[in-house]
Amino acid sequence: MSIPIFIIKRLIHAIPILILVSMLGFAIMRLSPVDPLGELRITPGIAEETIKAEEKRLGLDKPLVVQYFIWASGFLKGDLGISKTNQPVASRIMERVPNTLVLVITSILVSWCIAIPLGVFAALRWRSKTDRILTILASIGMAIPSFFFALLLLIFAVRTGWFPVGGLTSVGFEKMNLFQQFLDLAHHLILPVTVIATISVAGIQRQMRANLLDVLEADYVKMARAKGLPENKVINKHALRNAINPLVTLLGFEFAGLLSGSALVEMVLQYPGLGRLILQAVLELDLNLVMASLMIGTIMLIIGNLIADILLKFVDPRITLG
Amino acid sequence: MTDKFDAKELISKDLPQQARWYSSLFDLFTRIKKDRVAFLGLVILIAFYFFCLCADFFAPYNKEFGIRDLTYAPPSKVYIINQKGKLSWPYVYNNVRVFNKNTFKQEYYEDKSNKYFLHFFVAGDSYKIFGLIPCKLRFFGVKKGGHIFILGTDINGRDNFSRLLYGGQVSLTIGFMALFIAFPIGLLYGGLSGYYGGIIDTVMMRIAETLMSIPSFYLLITLSIILPDDVSSRVRFLLITIILAFIGWAGFSRVVRGMVLSIKNLEFIEASEAMGASSLRTIVRHILPQTASYVIVAITLSVPGYILAESGLSFLGLGIQQPDASWGNMLKEAQDYTNVIVRPWLLTPGLLIFIAVLSFNLIGDAVRDILDPKSKMRHT
Repeated sequence: MSIPIFIIKRLIHAIPILILVSMLGFAIMRLSPVDPLGELRITPGIAEETIKAEEKRLGLDKPLVVQYFIWASGFLKGDLGISKTNQPVASRIMERVPNTLVLVITSILVSWCIAIPLGVFAALRWRSKTDRILTILASIGMAIPSFFFALLLLIFAVRTGWFPVGGLTSVGFEKMNLFQQFLDLAHHLILPVTVIATISVAGIQRQMRANLLDVLEADYVKMARAKGLPENKVINKHALRNAINPLVTLLGFEFAGLLSGSALVEMVLQYPGLGRLILQAVLELDLNLVMASLMIGTIMLIIGNLIADILLKFVDPRITLG
Repeated sequence: MTDKFDAKELISKDLPQQARWYSSLFDLFTRIKKDRVAFLGLVILIAFYFFCLCADFFAPYNKEFGIRDLTYAPPSKVYIINQKGKLSWPYVYNNVRVFNKNTFKQEYYEDKSNKYFLHFFVAGDSYKIFGLIPCKLRFFGVKKGGHIFILGTDINGRDNFSRLLYGGQVSLTIGFMALFIAFPIGLLYGGLSGYYGGIIDTVMMRIAETLMSIPSFYLLITLSIILPDDVSSRVRFLLITIILAFIGWAGFSRVVRGMVLSIKNLEFIEASEAMGASSLRTIVRHILPQTASYVIVAITLSVPGYILAESGLSFLGLGIQQPDASWGNMLKEAQDYTNVIVRPWLLTPGLLIFIAVLSFNLIGDAVRDILDPKSKMRHT
């Protein structure tokens, strides 16, 4: 199947999923025992009309099915409704989506750049002391709760003052030139990327090591050695290329895990991403905002998986997209 | 005669099967024992569960017990050498809070006028064994008037150490409870879907995929909106368990479905169908048992995920609520970094989560290596 057809097929496949997600989201709102206007209602001095107007503004006065269809038709037109703070939901989300994407993609790049060499290193020195140490480090990296690690780094940052805490840019970001802006961004990204990358490095390193160990036993590697190729050529040309393939399959999982995992880290490190937005929305019971974040998060995940699959096709021509 | 003989043979045929079930579990245990790292994890976990299960006995205070004036008291120092430089029975001093007028800060100093010796097996706050038998016996404590906070106190002046033990009861069990809801559902769902195939399979799998397409943590905190505020802590615990299970079953059911697809064309399934077994019976009695070793591996490897999910949720203030303790909601106090820098003992719950998750991972790896030797993840 050619790539454009594959993409179209997958996007069609995604439609029922998105409809189900939106229905699930609405069901959750319905099941929720909390009244989004409860705060207004118990505050004395707020007129009945104000509450009525607010209900109307948020569309809460209509039955749920009607609310769902109003919301769904709005969503298709790109109108995500109005948040409790009276800003359009779409603009609040759109300012967060790039931030989360930057965080997740940078983390994936960083973790691959660190994990693959480490995995190769460990596999080539299988059962040596360095291999054991790396295995132990990987176990630790996989077990450390992201929010706990983020807290520890936060303390470290505050103690040393080396890293800015919270936000994505410094004051006066607009006045900097492009290079300074890049440096400032990178400086702010170091902490969150460290947390997220550490956790995924551990997993990828283990996987890479296992893959390479398997490949090194394969017949074509023995063959390459037998015909007298120098060891570095055997590794680089024959073993490595085949060992990396399964990792690309995992890229989709990786993306899903990091998107979800970054939410907690964003909250602890006060990073202005989508995960933190949805938490704020949940705490403030801003239903429109919760719904929209849920949908956008899902769309990001679906597209991420799609890209991973297409990438796999490029890396491994044997794969047929279906 | 022949009848008797047949019966005997039947019994002897059945017996090894019975024994095999126990012996395979025992075999698993002995092989874990050989793996030193995994065995260490097992020992740590058993210790964790033991101490948390007997929290009433090992904790010097109830989880609600707090002294309002002792907000964030530092850990009590246990002295074994007295002022004269001689070895003494362990004792502590009380921490007293004073307001420093120069720095405008609350400061703690040790009130050295009164020594409080450490006593073992003392009468402390009362509790009920299994919720029935009233009891006052505590493992250690000090005389009335003194307090012993070996890991400091929290914002309400409650003993951190005691709350860690009580919190462990929640944090270490909620994952298992969720697992026991999610796995049967996932097994049956995946089994039905794979067995029937066709349109049923497509629809069922599309529903499961929907749950898997939502970033799980987003779904988790969205679902927490459902949790009512005015329910008892037990109901809340149960609801959180159900939420965790709701998120967890889908991915598992997909794998089971894949396995069922490959099993259902085997001959013994055909035999079962030919003998007139109902499809549910065929699935539950003949297909699903074939997935057992995968299920065991998946269970051990997914416990940490549930523990992390619960503590993450409680850490954000959406899970277990005060005054109940869980490791996640205790760590919440550490969110304020100005707080943690001067009060590092607030980080202890995070450390315990880490150790518990690490131990589960180590055991999970070992179990996978044993039950699934073909698995590509060799960790030795």
